[in-house]
Amino acid sequence: MNEKTMTVEEAQHFEQILREESICTNENLVFEVPDTLTDNTMHYCPGCGHGVAHRIIAEVIDELDIQKDTIGVAPVGCSVLAYNYLNIDMSGAAHGRAAAVATGIKRVLPDKYVFSYQGDGDLAAIGTGETIHTCNRGENILIIFINNGIYGMTGGQMAPTTLVGMKSTTSPFGRDVETMGAPLKITELIAQLPGTYYVTRTAVNSPNNVRKAKAAIKKSFEYQKLNKGLCFVEIVTNCPSNWKMTPLESNKWLEENMLPFYPLGDIKKPSN
Amino acid sequence: MAKVKGDIIIDIEKCKGCELCATACPQDSLELSRKINSKGYHYIVKIEDNCTGCTNCALVCPDGIIKVYRKTEKKKEHVATIQNVTGDITVTVNS
Repeated sequence: MNEKTMTVEEAQHFEQILREESICTNENLVFEVPDTLTDNTMHYCPGCGHGVAHRIIAEVIDELDIQKDTIGVAPVGCSVLAYNYLNIDMSGAAHGRAAAVATGIKRVLPDKYVFSYQGDGDLAAIGTGETIHTCNRGENILIIFINNGIYGMTGGQMAPTTLVGMKSTTSPFGRDVETMGAPLKITELIAQLPGTYYVTRTAVNSPNNVRKAKAAIKKSFEYQKLNKGLCFVEIVTNCPSNWKMTPLESNKWLEENMLPFYPLGDIKKPSN
Repeated sequence: MAKVKGDIIIDIEKCKGCELCATACPQDSLELSRKINSKGYHYIVKIEDNCTGCTNCALVCPDGIIKVYRKTEKKKEHVATIQNVTGDITVTVNS
């Protein structure tokens, strides 16, 4: 191999040429990781939707400049370590009880922005009671619901939101409606309650859907500032590891199977 | 038409090689490297110099490791017209 030693002058000259040609300067910067997201490497599996969901929450917090005034409640599940990645005040909660803990925080500190971040096993199975009653009371909080149709952290067991025929470790032959019941559309369920103000379903599988999800979260924080009532944002995501697929396959499967059953869009729009 | 030039910086040490960005890229300028980073993942590299800075890759990246830069090279603006018809010079300045 030909190796050539470079003198300091040559190296400086070379560096200068590179710098002149590169457009990577602060004035041309159009997208960077938000400040609210910490530098820690996320522990999520490759291709997991949690990372995008965390990032858009951090982006919204940065854009509204409410980093000091936001309190999050992390669930039990894959995202239990969300406080390692979001540089805001966060609290943990017992499994499924994040909505109840968020209620308490919001009532004691009504000026703060409070949100809970929950998965489908947490919100729709173990904490169904807490979720429905919090929504019915119309607490002035934001609930972010990550729906991937499976228990991720514990190893891929069937969740209430698992699709009919979908295989999991506790439904190895596919979900059977007769013995296991039909999938629970909890977002439609709580949209009927008078306490909820804004209920929507989004996804993070494509750039366009990520933009829509971010807009929905931003709108919800703005409603919370105006004391409008409970906002509920469902984000349909993938779980490549437990669906036993590559990230690309899982996103394709999500589009073909999850989205027809869980259609995207606003389910309850503010009346005014 | 104004020419748009983009560039990205990838933090390869945090990349997990999920390839979602490569699929989202409309210019097909990203590809998985044959090399691996210190965690053992193949990482994403930019192979083509046709980036337009559309931010699609950064939007779908689950690990938030892509920084996007975009520069629009403006075409030369038409500022003034100089006419020399009768010997006297007339200068018309666009508003």
